[in-house]
Amino acid sequence: MEIGLNHYLVLSTILFSIGLVGVMRRKNLLMLFFATEILLNSVNISFAAISHYYGDLTGQMFAFFVIAIAASEVAVGLGLLIVWHKKHNSIDLDTMSMMRG
Amino acid sequence: MFEAIAFYLFAFLTISMFYITVTTSQALYALTALAAGMIFISAFFFILGADFLGAVQIVVYSGAVMALYAFGMMFFDTTREVKEKQGNKAIIFGLGTISAVLIVLIFAAPLVSGNAEALFPMTPGAGNTQEVGMVLFTKYLVPFEVAAVMLLVAMISGIVLAGKKMDLSLTLMNEDEIREMRREENKKVLS
Repeated sequence: MEIGLNHYLVLSTILFSIGLVGVMRRKNLLMLFFATEILLNSVNISFAAISHYYGDLTGQMFAFFVIAIAASEVAVGLGLLIVWHKKHNSIDLDTMSMMRG
Repeated sequence: MFEAIAFYLFAFLTISMFYITVTTSQALYALTALAAGMIFISAFFFILGADFLGAVQIVVYSGAVMALYAFGMMFFDTTREVKEKQGNKAIIFGLGTISAVLIVLIFAAPLVSGNAEALFPMTPGAGNTQEVGMVLFTKYLVPFEVAAVMLLVAMISGIVLAGKKMDLSLTLMNEDEIREMRREENKKVLS
């Protein structure tokens, strides 16, 4: 059986919806970051698949930039998380509903 | 044939790993499941012929990002459970699926209509790494440099946010203040 572009797009959709469900139901901020990683990775799969099936390298380039953005997002996000945890001693999302430091 | 077997095997493994990441209540389980899922995703890149991307995926995600998360988890009390609010599950699952399908439709629409053309076609006879280098350092040089600056900014902000006493600047303080600060630090160490 031949594996086509649609297979990869369907897989990417499934992974993306798993990540979205994670973003919506998690209250622990660390788990929220994990879910965003899942979202970025599912998009990377579809980029690589389109790049392969159309014989074009642009998809792979975008995947590289997505990886770079994910790495910097983790660095800044974890720094902010540590500052918040020092101040309030919790990483619960519900404690952040007020935008006060 | 082997491609199909590999695709279905790794698809099953990736989906189950990410499902564990999303549903488990233990932070450590979620971390290890996420690392495993990242490595399984790199298998798709190898199947698709994007060797360099697969190697970068393994190095960056399971090397750098997971190590960063592991360091970050040392600051938190991960054994304590954060209570997950149980909202209406049907709404959450429905919204997630609908928005995912919408996003894929948006991206697939130009493909279906047949307007997509290869901007940078792959050169025959060159390996994947060579091709990536050729395109990245000619057409995508400016975004590459911007990404490098962005990573530098992220590194500095990470140091400033996570480090201690980063709100003090030694260059803006005069000698007496610095001496005073040193003395207080020594007192803290001795006591």
